[in-house]
Amino acid sequence: MTLGLINANPVVHAKKERVARNDDPHAEDAVDPLEIYDILFLQSLSVLSEESITVDEKLGRILITFTPTIQHCSMATVIGLCLREKLKDCFPPHFKVDIKVAPGSHANEESVNKQLNDKERVAAALENPNLRQLVDECLYSSEL
Amino acid sequence: MNFADENFELRELQRIEGHADRVWSLAWKPGTGADGVPAVLASCSGDKTVRVWEQSPLTGSFQCKAVLEETHNRTVRSCAWSPSGKLLATASFDATTAIWEDVGGDFACVSTLEGHENEVKSVSWNASGSLLATCGRDKSVWIWEVLPHNEFDCVSVLQGHTQDVKMVQWHPTLDILFSCSYDNTIKIWAEDGDNDDWHCVQTLNESNSGHTSTVWALSFNATGDKMVSCSDDLTIKIWGSDIMRMQSGDGNAPWKHLSTLSGYHDRTIFSVHWSREGIIASGAADDAIRLFVESEDHLVDGPSYKLLLKKEKAHDMDVNAVQWSSMEENRRLASASDDGTVKIWELAASSGHRKPQL
Repeated sequence: MTLGLINANPVVHAKKERVARNDDPHAEDAVDPLEIYDILFLQSLSVLSEESITVDEKLGRILITFTPTIQHCSMATVIGLCLREKLKDCFPPHFKVDIKVAPGSHANEESVNKQLNDKERVAAALENPNLRQLVDECLYSSEL
Repeated sequence: MNFADENFELRELQRIEGHADRVWSLAWKPGTGADGVPAVLASCSGDKTVRVWEQSPLTGSFQCKAVLEETHNRTVRSCAWSPSGKLLATASFDATTAIWEDVGGDFACVSTLEGHENEVKSVSWNASGSLLATCGRDKSVWIWEVLPHNEFDCVSVLQGHTQDVKMVQWHPTLDILFSCSYDNTIKIWAEDGDNDDWHCVQTLNESNSGHTSTVWALSFNATGDKMVSCSDDLTIKIWGSDIMRMQSGDGNAPWKHLSTLSGYHDRTIFSVHWSREGIIASGAADDAIRLFVESEDHLVDGPSYKLLLKKEKAHDMDVNAVQWSSMEENRRLASASDDGTVKIWELAASSGHRKPQL
């Protein structure tokens, strides 16, 4: 990609470049209004459907699979965090929640799944002011 | 130790409430809990505090003796008493490790170790109390020298893990450091005799029968020739080494895989701890505590281990830490959970042969 092209079409390329740059799903950049927009946008694209939620009442286990809309979606972990936070308020606390991206829906499927289900990293992420704000914006500005 | 002839049960002695969030870790204070010295236990939590509990000589129940707060401003992930019991080190997601001193029942923060880029996840003292190790999400392991007047000097920053480091643990008798990580490996670090620097002498990974997912914790048996590790891969692994070679100063005495305990847990195993008399306790995300002992029937290729007992629903939520009291004369275990409680357990013969040893 040349500088000339970026300048030629700043809006489109700003977004494309951001997605590429944030390839590390654990990146904790400062909150970018564009990112919040992205979350709301992805929600409206319905990353979840009824079939992607499995509840085992007896064992107290829930499995959620969601589908990020882009193979390289850097926001997949943030969406996962939002789902986890959202679910915390909906089920008894002893329920075990596993959150995964749908098989084949993400380029870094294994690493995204590993992060989303490492409760220590989830706890640390939710204590990070930037990520916390991002998750709160996501949870309180629209329903998942 | 023969566990073949008796039936055992894990009896809940006390359910301790006080923390306002999940309890991550526990540490029994050395030298307490025997010879008339009341048992003392520290616990740390997502509520950003550390609590020190002391057993009342009258009632036998643990009461909160001190709340260590307003120093860490994020989760306190790990705590460790110095071998003398004089100092308590606490590692926090706020990127610092605090050192606390017991001054007449009150705990004062006497030092703060800074250097990690972000979350510190574990802290461990070496056997003599002259060295401290910390590790964290920045993938590094730090070794600190303990100097007089509560000064701590960083002597080495060890890079080698490719992901965040979950736990550091010194060997129980030798100055060899072990770390385990989200990168699925256990690394062993020893000091270079020549230039006083530390380096990785061995990596236990999938290629030498190691874990296939995050390694959460490890622990040593009393003699230090065996190590147990637990993982997100739902297995517990036993490792062994030649203690004589290690004692002769050979930091390169290799650790070998001896045994894998699989099929017991169906959710992440967060904690393992080897008691001084040889019982391995495990705590997992299935809310249960399990105890394992070496089996009498040795296999050709090494020792085998069997389940001594399983305590279902030991807690209402994930069990994050299990810790045996270091006092040999009692079989007392403490556990910490996401349910915000700490529990004290006693392992006892289950049918009529009760030997309460409080």
